[in-house]
Amino acid sequence: MSVLRVVWSGFVMNLKMLGTSSFFLLTSTLQPVIFATIAFYMFKSGGRTGTLLYAALGAGMMGVWSTTLFGSGGMIQWQRWQGTLELGVAAPPSMALVYLPFSLANAFTGMYSLAATLIWGRIVFGVPLHLAHPWLFALALPATVVALGLMGLVLASTFVLYRYANALSNLLEYPVWIASGLVFSTAILPTWTRPISWALPPYWGILALRHAALGGGVWGPLGMLLVLGVASIVISAYTFRLFEHLARARATLSLT
Amino acid sequence: MTNWLRVFFVGGVIAYRGLFNWIRPAMYIPTMLGSPLFQLIFFTKLGQYAHAQSRDFYIVGNSVQVCAMSSVYGMTMSVANERQFGTLGPLLASPANRAAVFLGRGLPVLMNGLLVSVFTFAAGALFLGFRPGLASVPALAAIVLVTVTSCTGFGMLLGSVGLRAKDVFFAANLAYVLMLLFCGVNIPLDVLPGWMSLVGRCLPLTHGIAAAREVAAGAPLSQVAGLVWTEAGIAVAYAAAGFVFFRYLERASRRSAVLDAY
Repeated sequence: MSVLRVVWSGFVMNLKMLGTSSFFLLTSTLQPVIFATIAFYMFKSGGRTGTLLYAALGAGMMGVWSTTLFGSGGMIQWQRWQGTLELGVAAPPSMALVYLPFSLANAFTGMYSLAATLIWGRIVFGVPLHLAHPWLFALALPATVVALGLMGLVLASTFVLYRYANALSNLLEYPVWIASGLVFSTAILPTWTRPISWALPPYWGILALRHAALGGGVWGPLGMLLVLGVASIVISAYTFRLFEHLARARATLSLT
Repeated sequence: MTNWLRVFFVGGVIAYRGLFNWIRPAMYIPTMLGSPLFQLIFFTKLGQYAHAQSRDFYIVGNSVQVCAMSSVYGMTMSVANERQFGTLGPLLASPANRAAVFLGRGLPVLMNGLLVSVFTFAAGALFLGFRPGLASVPALAAIVLVTVTSCTGFGMLLGSVGLRAKDVFFAANLAYVLMLLFCGVNIPLDVLPGWMSLVGRCLPLTHGIAAAREVAAGAPLSQVAGLVWTEAGIAVAYAAAGFVFFRYLERASRRSAVLDAY
């Protein structure tokens, strides 16, 4: 019960904090809409207007990833700047549990991106919002968000040790968009990149959403999201404990 | 004159070293080199998938546009961080020539923007097979220089806004992403609605990118002179607007005692 209380309180508090941040307003709504517009015009100029829903979903997922990434990188860094990181580490629950709700809230905020790009696409570009499997879409969306949130937790754990977490966040935005094939098929990437794609929850998340919206098998990608989500929990529980210990031993926890 | 030059060059470098947050290699390499590299690959692959334009269209467009990583963010930091770091008051209390103080900050930013663009062009050649003729490289370099200058002028204007605005970095982030949409970086202007291409023509980058594409395709510099001069005019206009705005906000902030308030 206390675990649920920690998760719920942390989730609500972080949602409120993100709601007041203009940076998150940008990454979760404005930026995805701008990228969706770019993708729409690029598809339009290539004569591939039938793929507009594909582009809207992809641009929305780009926003989910950006919000998760910058949120995960930022949550450790901001707590450092505010001097609250030590309090989180000193609290009785494990560090992974303390930061799990933060990471989930980051990914949840990313859902605004999907809503924004789908509404924008519908109103401005007349993108048809007919979903092939609406119920599976409703299932795939939270599954994707939770899996990304858990991946964010793994990233956040590495940022405990790394003082330039925001630099890593800046670097990782585009590569994951590319390797996950969010707005284009990974078939056009070199074959050596496939294992990287398979290890990324956004890859399976966009497949699940795309298949639910446009037609195709949804259960396979959902199963992979489950597997990667469980793997993320195991890895982050270990890495949080390891990196927390290292940061405390080296006395670098609160160094900015 | 010696003082003016000293404030322009030495002051500009010191301000850049002190105020540009991303100058350490641990920040600089992932942010100023890594991010542009992957931006280049992302849009080139997206263009390939969309069957929209040729590969070189995206390589040239993005390699020129990434100079905004330095010009927009760097210039914003170089001016607006004075306020954030609490050094704006002493700076403006000094008798230093304001034009030297303001414009001097642009030079390191400009050099850095050039470096980022050159790196991205090189990455395009190395990873994506971009092969402009050797004869067109000097003209391409000249166009990139003019375009980075105009983008730095735009950054000066944004940085000036930071003397007063609470969150100028929001504006800088938004400006960077909007440039990808409006400036013909990844979408030809004739594909955009009329009002968007009009906005794009008033922004830095647009004419420079158009000129760079023609030169990379083999056109001589003389053929794109009109585009290059327009880009140079835009550079002067934005730098002048930035300076005028800087002076206006300085006076207004002193009058209303909000110089360091944020």
